[in-house]
Amino acid sequence: MTTPGEPRRNLLYLLPVLVFAGLAGFLYQGLYLHPSEIPSPLIGKPAPAFDLPAVEGLPGGLSRADLEGKVSLVSVFASWCGPCRLEHPLLMALAEKKRLPIYGISYKDRPEDSRGWLQSLGNPYDKIGADRDGRVGFDWGVYGVPETYLIDRQGNVAFKVVGPLTPEVLESQVLPLAARLMK
Amino acid sequence: MTKLFLRLRRPALGLLTAAMLGLCGLVGAAAPAGAMVIDPSLPDPAAEARAIELSKGLRCLVCQNQSIEDSNAELARDLRRIVRERIAAGDDNETVKAYLVARYGDWVLLKPPFKGLTLILWLAPVALLTGALALAGTVYRRRPEAVAPVPLSPDEQARVASLTHDPAASGPTKS
Repeated sequence: MTTPGEPRRNLLYLLPVLVFAGLAGFLYQGLYLHPSEIPSPLIGKPAPAFDLPAVEGLPGGLSRADLEGKVSLVSVFASWCGPCRLEHPLLMALAEKKRLPIYGISYKDRPEDSRGWLQSLGNPYDKIGADRDGRVGFDWGVYGVPETYLIDRQGNVAFKVVGPLTPEVLESQVLPLAARLMK
Repeated sequence: MTKLFLRLRRPALGLLTAAMLGLCGLVGAAAPAGAMVIDPSLPDPAAEARAIELSKGLRCLVCQNQSIEDSNAELARDLRRIVRERIAAGDDNETVKAYLVARYGDWVLLKPPFKGLTLILWLAPVALLTGALALAGTVYRRRPEAVAPVPLSPDEQARVASLTHDPAASGPTKS
């Protein structure tokens, strides 16, 4: 007993299956997203203006002018930040290669703690600015340390890594992009 | 040692926290008396109310699904302070929001704005509901008319009668 309406109805029965498959696909993809990584609105825009004093007892200081005219990394760190310890050897190794200047922003840290940290773990930074109250960090959209920013020649933010740098992210994303920007 | 930041705006909560801290002290926890930071509130009650209202709609970026008004995270405290700063500087609500969005993106708003990128987010529920209703409508409309109940056979009628002891229904009836 076949009626002309039947093939269409069969398709209709398939609809819930299709909807389920679509939803499952979306949710499956969702498993691999990182909700803690908030896309920065600063990407492609000029790095915020700032002028930070040096960490007491250390030379330097860091300002927006330091970031112009070259490709550089800006690393926001703090001695009280556990994951910063994790990425520190990577920054040390990178500093040794001298491929690009690495600037540090000491975020909400006591100067004596910052100094102790750099003395015991080594200092990979070409220049360091002290952001005691986190105000500059706020302008940069810092919400969790460590954070690393890749700055292009014009002083624009080209890339941002939230959380500790890993060799994978550094080798596969940050450095290739830096090389392209340097051309 | 993590620093302990407490907001003591609500007196009841403050009392409770104080009691709990006292308890910690009694138990002899090794936690040092943390720096207690009390949010400075704006002198103008209307401005302060605005600050609180705004803060309820701003996401604490480290805790993600809490507003900065509800969160004890240090970043949330900073953002509350900045919201008050902006209000004191004379910004209206939209300008304060824009100030934060420029640094942290739309994500900082607990309620996503209605714009191109978020159109799916806002319209999907409506589209799904109308779609489902339309589907249900066509399915139910196309359903064949309900079949009239088949009259009982004499045997069944007799059985019904015997079960209900209705003398009127006993005996075979024409169908």
